[in-house]
Amino acid sequence: MKHLTEEELIAYREGEPTQREAIAEHLTSCTTCRTELDRVEAVLSALDNLPVPERGPEYGRAVWQQIAPRLPERAGRGWRAWFEPRRWVAIGAMAAVVLVAFVAGRWSKPRVSDAPGASVAQVRERVLIVAVGDHLGKSEMVLMELANATQAQGQKQINISAEQLRAEDLLDANRLYRETAQQNGDAALADVLDDLERVLLDVAHSPQELTPAKLESLQKRIEAHGILFKVRVVGKELQEKQKTPNSAPAATESKAGERNKA
Amino acid sequence: MTRMSESAGSTQAREALQSAARESDAIAVERTLAGERDAFRGLVERHSQQLFRLAYRMTGNEHDAEEVVQEAFLRAYRNLGQFGSRANFGTWAYRIAANYAIDRMRQKRTEDSRRQTPSALAEEQEQDPLDLVPDERPTPDRLAGNTELRKKMEQALKELSSSERTAFVMRHWEGCAIEEIAAVLKSTTSAAKNTVFRSVQKLRRALEPYVGARSTLQAKAAGAAPEPRGTEL
Repeated sequence: MKHLTEEELIAYREGEPTQREAIAEHLTSCTTCRTELDRVEAVLSALDNLPVPERGPEYGRAVWQQIAPRLPERAGRGWRAWFEPRRWVAIGAMAAVVLVAFVAGRWSKPRVSDAPGASVAQVRERVLIVAVGDHLGKSEMVLMELANATQAQGQKQINISAEQLRAEDLLDANRLYRETAQQNGDAALADVLDDLERVLLDVAHSPQELTPAKLESLQKRIEAHGILFKVRVVGKELQEKQKTPNSAPAATESKAGERNKA
Repeated sequence: MTRMSESAGSTQAREALQSAARESDAIAVERTLAGERDAFRGLVERHSQQLFRLAYRMTGNEHDAEEVVQEAFLRAYRNLGQFGSRANFGTWAYRIAANYAIDRMRQKRTEDSRRQTPSALAEEQEQDPLDLVPDERPTPDRLAGNTELRKKMEQALKELSSSERTAFVMRHWEGCAIEEIAAVLKSTTSAAKNTVFRSVQKLRRALEPYVGARSTLQAKAAGAAPEPRGTEL
């Protein structure tokens, strides 16, 4: 009988998946190899008893206190991040939306914009409405595709890399809109965008290849946030707003209240 | 059946926890990048213990391990902009810590060898060769406590090269995949596998005389033959 080499035994003991079944079968019938494995095992078990000093639950805080004064100030990603090549497409799309919104506002309703009551804030709000509406539409598409994704027959893994790339691109725009909504005092819209950001992050950070069980788990997480419903409600609301330009602040507040209820 | 559903339930719960931790890590990373320095605190508090365990096992002493943990987080903070957002922050920080621990071990070895004076070297060379042969006669003192065995194990680990020690710690204690070890060692997977093998082989050569003697004598003392182990693998 040909015995197992030391390398094979160690690899087997350390969980190497190659030839596991064949080695296990050999071990059941070969006392010499089993004894040899026991000797390897004895050494490794002894090493397992080497203690690691305990670090209590406060350790993380202590580490933070040590390093916090040494952390350099970070100016945020700012413009540098916006000029990363992979974000150019997203930037271009956003710029186009803003431009279209501006031109539409300027030329289709010249009398409204020239009216004494029209303000820069209203124009900004209108631009935001168009851009966020478009953003929510794109986000809804990505989430819908994931929510309805199923495996093809005989397929063991589902590739979601395309959806992940789109989610990553949407994340930057989402962050910008969330911050703008917060600055404008639209807490309800900011909350929905905050929820959306979490879901998009979850998608962006999932593995590219998912097993059916993992896909189901991701779908459940999307469902648990109720984000598709919220996105649809807010998206519809923004569409209505686009149809009725220069909505009064009071109307905006009442709509925000409705969103909160939703 | 009940056990199966319990096990499935606990797996789901674990997956949900892991996913929640990943999500909260991702948010903390994004917020840190956006300029919220305090968002990094959550990451430090969540991953310090894991990094300390790895660093201690790699360096073998608390002081160095703590330094590795702090430096790993500082490096992670400085390079956060380069962090591929698809990866998991914990894994990334772990890799930074492992790399820094390797550098630290190498640096320490160089310092130690420089510090060794010619007289110390001569003393070492004059050491009785018999002292270098492991004493296989187990004494009651040796069996009474594991202090000596512990020292031998620490010594054996210390004698591994920094790559071997890293490979052993990551594979045996931390259960890392060979690919992950290869990434840290900047080698191929087959070279990483070979390094794991070499490390276990060296530890075995160094420790078997002590461990073997211990287990045989303990078994005799207990009045029973040692039970075969490892077959469940």
